[in-house]
Amino acid sequence: MTQLPDRTDRKLGLVIDLDTCVGCHACVISCKGWNTENESAPLSDQDAYGTAPSGTFLNRVHSYEIQPDTGPAQLVHFPKSCLHCEDAPCVTVCPTGASYKRVEDGIVLVNEDHCIGCGLCAWSCPYGARELDLAAGVMKKCTLCVDRIYNTHLDEEDRVPACVRTCPAGARHFGDLGDPDSDVSRLVAERGGAELMPEQGTRPVNRYLPPRPRDQWQADPAPAALAPVADTPTGFPGWLDKALEKL
Amino acid sequence: MPFKQPKVETSPKPSDEIRQTTCYMCACRCGINVHLKDGKVAYIEGNRDHPVNRGVLCAKGSAGIMQHNAPSRLRAPMKRVGPRGSGEFEKISWDEALDIAVGWLDPIRKTDPSKLAFFTGRDQSQSFTSFWAQNFGTPNYAAHGGFCSVNMAAAGIYTMGGAFWEFGQPDWEHTKLFMLFGVAEDHDSNPIKMGLGRLKARGARVIGVNPIRTGYNAVADDWVGITPGTDGLFILALVHELMKAGKIDLDYLARFTNAPCLVIDNPGGADHGLLLRDDQDRPLVIDRTTGQPAPFDQKGVRPDLSARHMHSGRPCQTVLHKMAETYLDPAYAPEAVAERCGIPAPRIRQIAADLARVAFDESIEIHQPWTDFRGDTHDTMIGRPVSFHAMRGISAHANGFQTCRALHLLQILLGSVETPGGFRFKPPYPKPVEAHPTPHCHAKPDCPLDGPHLGFVRGPDDLALTDDGTPARIDKAFSWDNPMSAHGLMHMVISNAHAGDPYRIDTLFLYMANMSWNSSMNTRGVIDMLTDRDDTGDYVIPRIIYSDAYASEMVAYADLILPDTTYLERHDCISLLDRPICEADAAADAIRWPVVAPDRDVQGFQTTLVQLANRMKLPGFTDDAGRAKYQDYADYITWHERKPGIGPLAGWRSPPEGSGVGGTSSEGRGSPNPDQIARYIENGGFFSTPIPEGATYYKPWNSAYQDWAVKLGLFDSPQPYLFQLWCEPLRRFQLAAEGHGDRQPPDHLRPRIRDQFSPLPIWYAPDSATQNMGQNTGQDDYPVTALTQRPMAMYHSWGSQNAWLRQIHGQNPLYVSSHLMRRHGLSDGDWVHVTSPHGRITVPVLEMAALNDHTVWTWNAIGKRKGAWALSDDAPEATKGFLLNHLIHELLPPRGDGLRWANSDPITGQAAWFDLKVRLEKAAPQTESQPAFPPIRSPVGRGPDQLRWKTQT
Repeated sequence: MTQLPDRTDRKLGLVIDLDTCVGCHACVISCKGWNTENESAPLSDQDAYGTAPSGTFLNRVHSYEIQPDTGPAQLVHFPKSCLHCEDAPCVTVCPTGASYKRVEDGIVLVNEDHCIGCGLCAWSCPYGARELDLAAGVMKKCTLCVDRIYNTHLDEEDRVPACVRTCPAGARHFGDLGDPDSDVSRLVAERGGAELMPEQGTRPVNRYLPPRPRDQWQADPAPAALAPVADTPTGFPGWLDKALEKL
Repeated sequence: MPFKQPKVETSPKPSDEIRQTTCYMCACRCGINVHLKDGKVAYIEGNRDHPVNRGVLCAKGSAGIMQHNAPSRLRAPMKRVGPRGSGEFEKISWDEALDIAVGWLDPIRKTDPSKLAFFTGRDQSQSFTSFWAQNFGTPNYAAHGGFCSVNMAAAGIYTMGGAFWEFGQPDWEHTKLFMLFGVAEDHDSNPIKMGLGRLKARGARVIGVNPIRTGYNAVADDWVGITPGTDGLFILALVHELMKAGKIDLDYLARFTNAPCLVIDNPGGADHGLLLRDDQDRPLVIDRTTGQPAPFDQKGVRPDLSARHMHSGRPCQTVLHKMAETYLDPAYAPEAVAERCGIPAPRIRQIAADLARVAFDESIEIHQPWTDFRGDTHDTMIGRPVSFHAMRGISAHANGFQTCRALHLLQILLGSVETPGGFRFKPPYPKPVEAHPTPHCHAKPDCPLDGPHLGFVRGPDDLALTDDGTPARIDKAFSWDNPMSAHGLMHMVISNAHAGDPYRIDTLFLYMANMSWNSSMNTRGVIDMLTDRDDTGDYVIPRIIYSDAYASEMVAYADLILPDTTYLERHDCISLLDRPICEADAAADAIRWPVVAPDRDVQGFQTTLVQLANRMKLPGFTDDAGRAKYQDYADYITWHERKPGIGPLAGWRSPPEGSGVGGTSSEGRGSPNPDQIARYIENGGFFSTPIPEGATYYKPWNSAYQDWAVKLGLFDSPQPYLFQLWCEPLRRFQLAAEGHGDRQPPDHLRPRIRDQFSPLPIWYAPDSATQNMGQNTGQDDYPVTALTQRPMAMYHSWGSQNAWLRQIHGQNPLYVSSHLMRRHGLSDGDWVHVTSPHGRITVPVLEMAALNDHTVWTWNAIGKRKGAWALSDDAPEATKGFLLNHLIHELLPPRGDGLRWANSDPITGQAAWFDLKVRLEKAAPQTESQPAFPPIRSPVGRGPDQLRWKTQT
């Protein structure tokens, strides 16, 4: 019901490295802190000290176990937030025009003044990336820290989303994925960065870098081993003398 | 609806002011920018200029605002008015609180200072708290290292003059292969995450050795899901392979370790197994040039690794020779250890080959000339780009000390310690054992202790024993039970005090240590000890003073509460005298300062200690006329001098001109500077000075580093030393156990001292150290190892009071391997009884495949007592959450020998948390984890239902 722009000047988004993410949740909390305090309504928490604490987060980390055909099981940490889709179903479904995608940078935002909290957008999002704030009654989602990335009060190097600035492992990257020469686009090309659930046809902007292959030693039928310098332990002193000669 | 885009404010002012201080959400001590709006804390982010975190910040640090504003904060001093444990308190003034404390403490000090036991938990001011305790005069002081990771610290210092932990770091810039053992994901956590990120970015390889594949192990390229407690055996099999193949750095071993030192062979003699020394007590080596003995540090000496020598009729062999005899034994062959370690033999051989290939075939060279302590100059620095890191996972076992030593042996054999690409120390390390104090324990009425409490014993002469040979300390640290307990044994204090063994105390004074809950083994038993009364109706532990910022479980068990501030409301110093924030390339220290004022009637604990000291007129705090030297902790930080020119903070000291202390700069050495704290604040809360180029590697032997360390005040003279592959202090204890010397161990301890205090690293099954001693090991009854680990987003018990963090980890299931799930017919959400020799808990399970088959685990300290931390009684932490502590006793089950053996490493006394063996049985569904405890009354009430956190401007 709400139109998407025909095109956007840039495609700002995140590139998240699943090979490096240790699942520490730094991005989750840094996001919560910035977006609670800064523009728009705070991200509220219900039953904060009670039996079923539940609050609004714009970014969450999920952990999945993978059992490969051979080799030990693996654990992959998977941070997830709005992917700022080019064909964002959350925008087109919005009955009030509150959800929109920006022309200049492609960021998908919610105009809280127009949001009626109907939840259609959350229902339409195949990624589950939107959360209704129960205190404010409006839909919340990742803004790509639109109030940071152009913020002239911040140092140039700080004009990145809070999650990117704080990530200890350097697993989160921010930039223009519409520019093939940008650092993020190069990283995606180098590491085989992938869309999440491309079959949904939403054309997400964010990309995930896949984990590098793990436990490759499993595949080696005759693993390397060191050759002994002497056949017996008593041969060691003889070897030592010879080795020392060379020093 | 046609496209219509509203205007968005993209440049709002984030805050009125940024104040920079140091985080305290874990032991990492990152720099933080605290954004203030209208004088209130609005947002916390990492400080980009800070040496520890370079701008990044973890979940805990970013959630600091919720900690600072937590409803669980204590609000005023309190005295207990109901029975102990009831949680019934009355608010009192600070004057009254200090009067009560002094009324208890001063008479003790004047009659028998050892009646005070003063122990601190997550204390980051140990050089100060120990100074207070020393001036009070009690021998009974330590922090929590004994139940944390003393094996890691002590094994590192005894072997190579420094440990992993935050005392060193891999050379992230150059390392090509990084091997991580059993890490707890809290200490040095951001630096490790940053380092892993750097390794990943340039494609370096990471091998994780851990029964559990989470966190850092989840991103490791290769995972070795080892059987808990067998790390040492695995490592020594790697050593076996490397030695057998001659893939060891002989030049490094000859120059920088005691591998060429001469071990005296004199069976039955009092010097058997000691190193041959000259009349100035310097270890001797055979000089390859002359073939004659020479002191190890003599200019130009070329130590001979294969020498044999006859001294006064006693043959001597090199340490390397002893190592070859020990480690080439087929008992350490991969095939011999594979089954016990749960690692196939070809895999062990392959890892050994990988280590050798990277260390020797892919070595690196930095063109940086340097001069060693013998005066030899080197044109380049040769790097072995293999590095290691380990923490509690390998140390919290009864074989942890020797396991940590084995890991150091491995990296030293590869020549990768303090060389490019390897492991690097951070100042004030490297520091040989000889540069550390020995323990002091001689208490006299109205008199300071004769020296620092904690230290590194060199042999039996340094034990903390009374004249009749009984332990001088309430925790029995530095006694024959655990001679090298360098951090004390906080986990034994309450049970020993309750038992009156070795003696009774009057007052137990604790800081930030949750001893009635997750910080004690045997939680139920400890609660009973804290509340137990004698025949006259008095408490067996007569008085308990406790300081904490929060309504932890321990509060209810104290008689007097001295409320601490949050970390944003206090002064602190992260000092070079203690555990600073140095980097491998720089010395650095830091402060905290009150970026906001407390809105409660609380004050920093250290200031409370200053006030107590002043009231008691403790020496060190007051002058001869009894006048106070310091008004508060900030005053102490500024004006205290540990020795002339050396104070708690190294930066911006008054320059040497007119300072009266000499020195050449205002860094490190210099007079107190009244503006010092202001200078730190201007600089972002920290001070950092780089180690000069040419001094950044080979530090223990590098003359340029040693001279710089003296100039900065880390040492008073250069302290070059050799890595101690052969650890003589251990051998001295063995000699005592063999009957030599005046100080003799009790007979029942002789066998284990003989067997386990090997001067070369060995491996023994953890339960052979503690449980069997020739009896049934109990393996069959309790076949599963139960472990805990810390989530990255929580720190001990603190995280649960944090409204944001508890939404990440609000509950801790028992993670059970797929193998055990099948064996016991379990599905996710089922309940199990988990039974150990000591007790039983009943808890919910969740399957985990990336886990050693015979292991279960859970997150540490998520389980809470109802009523604590301002949570509601039905909070999941208090209903479903649980502790493994109920299954672990500080003592082992009776063996029928009439003795009770500690559940700890026999060398250091480190609490052996990770030796917990259990069995599982499926249980009926429960509504709550068992054991369930009745609620305690909260001194602070409950937190609000809804949070909408935003400062209003």
